[in-house]
Amino acid sequence: MNLFTFSRRAAAVTAMTAALLLAAAAPARAQEAPDAMVKRVSQEILQIVKSDPKVQAGDQARTREVVESKLLPNFDFTRMTALAMGRNWRQATPEQQQRLITEFRSLLVRTYAGALNQYRDQQLAYKPLRAEDKATDVIVRTEVIRPGQQPVQIDYGMEKAGDGWKCYDVIVGGVSLVTNYRDEFNEQIRAGGIDGLIRTLADKNKGGAGK
Amino acid sequence: MTARRNPRGHRAAAVARLTVLLTVVVLAGCAAAPTRSDPFEPANRVAFDVHEAIDNAVVRPAIQAYVDYTPELVRRGVSNFFGNIDDLYSALNSALQGKPDDFGNSLGRVMVNTGFGLAGLIDIASDAGIPKSNEDFGQTFGVWGVPQGPYLFVPLFGPSTFRDGTGFLIRAYTTPTGFIPDVPLRNVIWGMAWVNENAQVVGTSKLVEQAALDRYTFVRRAYLQRREYLVRDGRPAPEPEDE
Repeated sequence: MNLFTFSRRAAAVTAMTAALLLAAAAPARAQEAPDAMVKRVSQEILQIVKSDPKVQAGDQARTREVVESKLLPNFDFTRMTALAMGRNWRQATPEQQQRLITEFRSLLVRTYAGALNQYRDQQLAYKPLRAEDKATDVIVRTEVIRPGQQPVQIDYGMEKAGDGWKCYDVIVGGVSLVTNYRDEFNEQIRAGGIDGLIRTLADKNKGGAGK
Repeated sequence: MTARRNPRGHRAAAVARLTVLLTVVVLAGCAAAPTRSDPFEPANRVAFDVHEAIDNAVVRPAIQAYVDYTPELVRRGVSNFFGNIDDLYSALNSALQGKPDDFGNSLGRVMVNTGFGLAGLIDIASDAGIPKSNEDFGQTFGVWGVPQGPYLFVPLFGPSTFRDGTGFLIRAYTTPTGFIPDVPLRNVIWGMAWVNENAQVVGTSKLVEQAALDRYTFVRRAYLQRREYLVRDGRPAPEPEDE
């Protein structure tokens, strides 16, 4: 039997779970280095997840609230959506762009909340940042340590925004969220145009199961 | 079934099934050629639907029961045992990829865990801080420059490609548990291997359901990205292009 294909699928998808746990964030503080920021926000969120009885009990609404207040302010959803749209982004009207950002954002909140509810006491390791001082676009590397298994790498694509940093991509075990959604978006746009994509996203956020 | 009595029957049957599947996939693929990396998408989608139906009805409930009702210590032992075989293949493939450090570590892990860890049931090597790596034949081919080839979805096994599937077959034919002469025992062990693999991903299908607009596309891209990343050993990917 195959140990093998499943372990890859496991790695890819488990990674995704773990990853989503970590994507952490909070209001950007002046001059805080991007790696310090990832660490602070991750720890804040995991602290809440470990101690909040409602989150522990799997309360989705409360978990989403935590994600909204702690994580979201540290994401650049415009850049994220534009990257996931690829060249289709320029074809979209400003109204369409706005709706795409809103729907994509709420999809990610739901996904993160679902991942946080699956969190089991895993350890995080923060790797030293390898970037020049003047860099405005960096990758912050972290790892989820799982006993007896290979660690799962979770990397954050971060861009300098004003005096703080914003995250525009989360890469879990080599799987970039933005790249993954680009295929999905392309497919929806091929089938039903940009409005079709917006409809699919909105349906999904209303609780539709998707395909 | 005669296959049960024949020591190589199980593997032969598995290969026969895969051959049939490949043929079906190739024929179906001729009908439409959607993308470069997934020329057999229509057939793969059928396979994916079959996989999900079985997964929802049988596999996931059974695996959940295993996770819920088996002591953690037992599951850890099972996972260590098969992890030890993974390490053996990591050692071999590290050598084939010319990575002496990973080769040494993986071989060291196998020797320590097999010799002192009750044939791999206890992962002493991790406690001793010998890092675990993850190299397989598919990655070795990738390092050698072999492209992924067409994407392939196989019910009960999951996503693969021609390259990774070839690697899988090599391993299926050579894996140490395949040489256990007692066929029922060997089948139980292979079944446990499969249960163990599934137990590692319990909960993730729910997450994919949550995240994906189209689960098929989502799983495909995640798998292909993950495999490329493993071939690069985690070195940064080229910037996502604007297609």
